[in-house]
This record gives sequence, C-alpha cells and structure tokens, in this order.
Amino acid sequence: MSEDLTAQAPILRATQVTKSFGGFTAVDGVDFTLGQRERVGLIGPNGSGKSTFVNSLTGVIRIDHGSIEFNGTDITKLPSWRRARLGIARSFQIPRPFKNQTVIENIEIPLMFAVGHHNPDQIEAKAEAILAQIGLSGRRNDSPKNLTQVDLRKLELGRALAAEPRVLIADESMAGLSDPEVDEILEVLFKLSADGISIVLIEHIMRAVVRFSQRIVVLVAGKKIADGEPREVMSHPEVERAYLGQ
Amino acid sequence: MVSPELFFNALLTGMFLGGFYAAVSVGITIAFGMLDIVNIAHPAFIMLGAFIAYYLNSTFGIDPLLASLIAVVPAFLGGRLFYKIYYYAFERHGEESLQGLAFFFGILFIVEVGLLLVFGVDYRFVEANYIRKTIEFGYVALPLRLVIPMLAGLAIVAAIQIFTSRTFLGRAILAVSQDPGALRMVGGNPVRVKEIAFGLSIATAVVAGALLIIIQPVEPSLGREYIGRVFAICVLGGMTSLSGTVVASFIVGIAEALTTTFGGPAWAPAVAFGLLILTLIVRPEGIFGR
Amino acid sequence: MNATNPTAPILVTISGRRVRRYLIPATASVLIALLGFALLDWISFEYAYIATYTILQYVVLATAWNILGGYAGYVNFGVAGFFALGVYTSVFNYKTLQLPLPVVIIIAGFIAGVVGLGMGYLTLRLRGVFFSIATLAFAIVLNTVFNNWHFVGGARGVSVLRPDAPEFFGTYPRYLFGVMFALAIAAVLIARAVEYSWLGRGLASIRDDEVAAECSGIPALRLKLIAATISGGLIGMAGAPFPFFITYVDPASAFNLTIAVNTVAMPVIGGLTSWIGPVIGAILLGALQQITTVTISSALSLMLVGVLLVTFVALAPRGIIGVVKSLRGPAA
Repeated sequence: MSEDLTAQAPILRATQVTKSFGGFTAVDGVDFTLGQRERVGLIGPNGSGKSTFVNSLTGVIRIDHGSIEFNGTDITKLPSWRRARLGIARSFQIPRPFKNQTVIENIEIPLMFAVGHHNPDQIEAKAEAILAQIGLSGRRNDSPKNLTQVDLRKLELGRALAAEPRVLIADESMAGLSDPEVDEILEVLFKLSADGISIVLIEHIMRAVVRFSQRIVVLVAGKKIADGEPREVMSHPEVERAYLGQ
Repeated sequence: MVSPELFFNALLTGMFLGGFYAAVSVGITIAFGMLDIVNIAHPAFIMLGAFIAYYLNSTFGIDPLLASLIAVVPAFLGGRLFYKIYYYAFERHGEESLQGLAFFFGILFIVEVGLLLVFGVDYRFVEANYIRKTIEFGYVALPLRLVIPMLAGLAIVAAIQIFTSRTFLGRAILAVSQDPGALRMVGGNPVRVKEIAFGLSIATAVVAGALLIIIQPVEPSLGREYIGRVFAICVLGGMTSLSGTVVASFIVGIAEALTTTFGGPAWAPAVAFGLLILTLIVRPEGIFGR
Repeated sequence: MNATNPTAPILVTISGRRVRRYLIPATASVLIALLGFALLDWISFEYAYIATYTILQYVVLATAWNILGGYAGYVNFGVAGFFALGVYTSVFNYKTLQLPLPVVIIIAGFIAGVVGLGMGYLTLRLRGVFFSIATLAFAIVLNTVFNNWHFVGGARGVSVLRPDAPEFFGTYPRYLFGVMFALAIAAVLIARAVEYSWLGRGLASIRDDEVAAECSGIPALRLKLIAATISGGLIGMAGAPFPFFITYVDPASAFNLTIAVNTVAMPVIGGLTSWIGPVIGAILLGALQQITTVTISSALSLMLVGVLLVTFVALAPRGIIGVVKSLRGPAA
C-alpha cells in the first residue's frame, strides 16, 4: 500500500512552513508530504495549528517562512484561486456555503471558475453527477439555509469535488455528526480516494482517522511530533500525552 | 524661508488638536476597534454633543464643560439603547456588515439633517470666559480654547484606560473584544458588556462635541470632516490600542496644523483622509497594531 | 433564482438567445420613452422635465452603484467623487474643447472608470468596511482637489451656458431628458448583462463568502475590479450632463451629500440582488422626494430618505423585491 507511493514524487510537499500572528507562532517549521493517491490523516489537539496549516496550504494565509510545492511547482506565493485551479480543493471546518444560492448553484461555481467549463448544459450535467456522488440529488434546489448539518458537510465536500481536484483537504468534515453520519461521510471519502484523489483528513474523531488514513501526522503546539503508520503513531508516547493532557 | 515661530506655533496647535482628537477618537477605538461595530455615525453624535452644549449655553448660560458633564449620563444611556436596537436588528442575525454600514450611514444622515432642521445652517458658538483668553510665553501662544479641550481630551482617554484596566467591567470589555466565548465561561454576558461599552463610546462622543464647540464654531455638516479623522486615527493607532489612539491623534493633529499653516486651510480636510488611505494601503495594522 | 444562463458573456453579442432576452425590455423602454415625451409635452410643464431628469439620473446612479454594492457587497460611499469626476470632465470640456454632450459622456465614463479601477486596485483588498471608509476618504480628497483647482472654478464655482439643443429635441430640457433616458437604458442593460453572466455569479459568490469563493477558483480581486470600473464609469457618465442641468457648478453641488445618500438608499430600499431593485428604488424614492420637496420642504425630504434607509435596512434588508418575494410565498 504505502510502498509504491515512495516511487512517485509527492503531489503536495510543505517544507518548514512557519506562520506567526504577532508574538504567537501558530505553525513552527512543519514538514509535510502527501503522496499521489495517498490518504493522510492530520490530527492534533485544539490550538495545535492544524487550521492555520490548512489555511497556509490552500493560500488563505500567507506563510512567513518555508515553501509549498504542488506536483513540483512552487505555489508558496499563489493566491487561493490559483491553487484551486491547479487542483487543490478544501472543505471548511465550519461549512461556508453560498447561502443565497441553491445547492446545485453552489456546486456549479467551482465547475465554472476552478475548472473553467463554459457550456451551461455541461455544467448542469456535471453538477448533477456530483450531487449524485455525494447523495444530495434530492436537495438540488434547496437553499443551504434549510440543510441539516450532515447535508451541509456533504455540500462542502461536493463543492470541493466540483473543482475536479487532485488534492482534497477535508477539514473536520465530520465534527458534531452522529456515528452513522460519520460513516456516511467516510464512505464518500473512500469513494473519492478510489477515484484517484489524494486526501488529507483533518479530524478529531479517532476511529474515522485510524480507519481512513494510510499515514497519520500529528501536530502539537505548531510542531509536527509524529508522522507514520496509524498504529505506530497512536501508540507514540508524546501523542498519548498530548491527547490525555487535552 | 520657514519662520521658526510659525513652525513652532503650528506644531503646538497640532499638539493641542491632537489631545482633542484623542477624545474624539477613543469612542471609535472602543466601538470599532474593540467591538467591531462600524459606527460611522460617530461624528454625528459628536455634533449632537456640540449642539447640546450650544443649546445649554445659549439658553441657560451653562459653561460647555459643565454641559458636557450634564450630557454624559443621558448620552451613555442613549448609547446603550442604541446598541440594543442595533443588536436586535443586525448582530443577532450575524448580518453582513453591509447592512450595518448602511444603517449607520442613514443615522449619520438623519442626525445631520435633524440638526439642520432645528438649528439651521449658521455657525453656532458658545460663550465662556476662557474662550478668548490666550497665555503667552515669549513668542509662544497658548490659546485656552485649544489648551482646555486638549487637557480634557487626554483626561478622558486616561479615564477610559484606567476603567478598562482596573475595573471588572472594563476588563470585561477588553475580554469581549478578544474572545466573547471565554467571557461567557466566566459568567459574563457579552451582549450586556458590549452594550455598556457602546454607551461609553457614545458618551465620549457627546463630551468631545462639547469640547469641539469650545475650539471653534460649529454647523451641522462639520461632522463629515470627522469621519475620516476618526477612522484615520483609529486605524493608524492600531485599532484596539488606546495608547496607539493617542499617538495617532497627535500625528494627525500636527499634520493638519502644519498643512493648514503652510499649505492653506483648504487642504486640511484632505490630510486625515489622505493619511487614512496611505495607512490602509501601506500598513493596515497601524503603528501599534499586531 | 436566476441561474438560467451562468456563462453568458459580458458583452452583448448578436446571437439568437441574447437578442431575444433583451428584445422585450428594449422595445418596452422605447415605448415608455415615447410615451414619456408625449405626456410631458402635453403637460408642457417645465418642472416635469426637471423632476424626471432627476429620477432618471438616480436610476443610472443606483443601478451603477449596485453593481459593486449589491452584487459584490462592497459599499461605495464615494459616489459623490465619481459623480463629480463626470461633472468636472464636462466643465473642463465646456471651457476648452466644447465637444458635443454624447462624446463628453463617453469620455467622462472612461475617466471615471479608470479612476474606479485605480481606486479599486488600492482599496479592494481591504475588508469590506475599510473599503467603504476608504471610498469616503477618496471622495473627500477629490472634493478638496476640485476646491483648489481654479480653472474649473475652484470653490467659487463656474457658470455654464446651455448650447442650442439638436433640432430633433427642440428645447434643451427635452434634450437632457432624452440623453439621461438613453443613459438609464444603457445602465440597466449593462447591469442585467453583468448580473446574468459568469461575472454576476462570481460577484454573488464573493458577496456570500469571499474566502470560500476564492477557494472555489474565483479570482476575487479581478472581478471586484471589473465591477468597480463599470460602476464608477457609469456614475461618472451620469455626472457629465449635470452642469448643463443646473447651469452653475461648484464643489458643493457636485459633491452633493444628497446624491451620495440617495444612491445608497435607493438600491437598499428597492432590493440589492437584482437590477430591478435600484430601478424601483430610484423611481419610488425619487418621485417621493420630488413630491415632498415641492409640497413640504427639501430638508424634510432629505430626512425622509434617511429614515427610509434606516427602516428598510433594519426591517426589510432585502428591500421591496424581498418583501414582494416573501409575499408571493416560499416557492419563489
């Protein structure tokens, strides 16, 4: 499984990423790689810098030091929209749908802007396909204001999917969901992985992370303290300490 | 070519104005810097204060400084009420700031037109025995109508500083600006704290208005100049920092005074706005900002 | 809503679909214009032309403002600045080249558009509220500049004589009415084109959530700049005929606070998300103001604008369009 990944270059590589806010260093010299078609989990206690790191990867925040490469290209200075067009998509921790547009219109936006489709019929067809993939076909014309939590999370993933990404960063897509709902989202993510998308899963729900990830990276207080196979990482003493002390 | 006396007096005038501007701006530091309420109608409340002082002075002969003290409590209560309305209409729903902006813009306009309807377009001024007095040291002139507002202004800022650092309520205001969630956890009510803070903000505006009319005669549209000044100072000073506000006030005051003396009064309104644009483009965090 | 054709190009091209979409509103407008002329002629009441000119001017201003304000969510308080750019371009032309009015309008639009682009480039990276304050600052700085520019009158102002009207129109007020009517049609058509195009979808997404929009591939700054340029340019165009309308121009009249507040109030009251809102707001509020100015007082009519703005923003933020939609039922 993980053996053939080392043969290819990583699709995403972050080197010594550092970001400070005023006197507070949120992310401190983090190295991170994501292999082609790999499933990596990113965990850490609250405040460990995961969100800042994700925002750095997607271009929402400019980093102070370090570099980020996508498929060998340096994207450190690129704005979010360029990264989206290159193929990096994300879902947000707290869903941020376009509230004044319908579900299908939300899906159409990345198809129009990140991928660049022009034909309205083609756009609509692809949007419908994505809705089917994530199980929201029945909510096609609904407003996001009327969606349940789990449907909002699906919409987030759907919108990320609509960018036809190579890399998907799923930021806490399952927070606050019930067990069966967590499994629903997990199934969607497994399907996407099978389709060839490299996925970074940021989560607090351990069973989901362990089940999903081929490799787990642990951030604590802005630093990476572990990076390896799930079983290894979860029994790492520092990881236990970080979570018990939480 | 540039006479040192002229330069020095301009500098002095700028300093006096700076102290006054600090009083004018501290309310925005609280409302906008700390509470994220875009009260662009702040200058309207300043004008309201000025005209209240005028009214009390011309009808009852009350000294403007005294008038400001009289107006403080109603202004504070009025501010609290105002925030309640604002909260129920906007903040509670998490509405886009577009509506909040339009709201305050409307209020600004209503107050200006209201003052126009009641007081007319003429310049109004107050009478007090210190207004025409000037203390002179050699070639240095200290007009009392500038000195007193400066001292009063700095006193107001000092009072706010003590309030926010020593009293529970004051520290709650600082807390709410940084993390409303944390405040809830220690039993504070963010909405009520914000209400009081906003009341304070309006109270300072009204008092500043009374100081304004000591410095110069006022007419209703004067408030417009202050929109830029007030936000320029707030942004330049780093938004949440009281000391930043004071320093920025002096910078703006001196810049304006120098421009007026050497460039002519017509350019003065543009100075603050120009500084604001410059700051927003070059260093949006301001001097003291993080 | 209006997701029918998300990828229609911005420019109106001659292809079957496009022409059909605009045929009805275009013919309707021409018919209304002819009716308008006929009616006003029959009343033969000079004031009617003045009143309708003002209302039409507001249609242009409100529609133009809404392209950046309503569609993208960036509130421009510097409307007076762009309007004044148009006014003073016209005054400058009057004192130098004396080109015909339609030409000046285009030039004014171009200048205001370029300034809009420049101002946008400097300020559109700022968070919404800072942008708004910066636009206000910009207008005041511009005001001060024109106050000190003596060639166009400085603070004291300059008188403008109306030239002869083209034969077709007869009197000059009728000519101004016709010009402003044409501008109003143009503004509405442009706003519609933007709204129904990918530009409009992008701006709407920016308005809903700019960060999410950027992460979805929308080049936010570019779209905002386009909107700012179109918006500023149109506002400038509305200002170009103004000197001939009031015949005496000074910074106070050009940098009119009433115009600034109205331009913001009308789209808010009418409805921000579609081109119909500013039109409705401009016609209703404009007419209301004309009536109150004549019957009660101009100061009170100003107060009315402020009160209506505050009331609508607080109670009916979606404007009249929103109220109508909710009355029709959730199916809309």
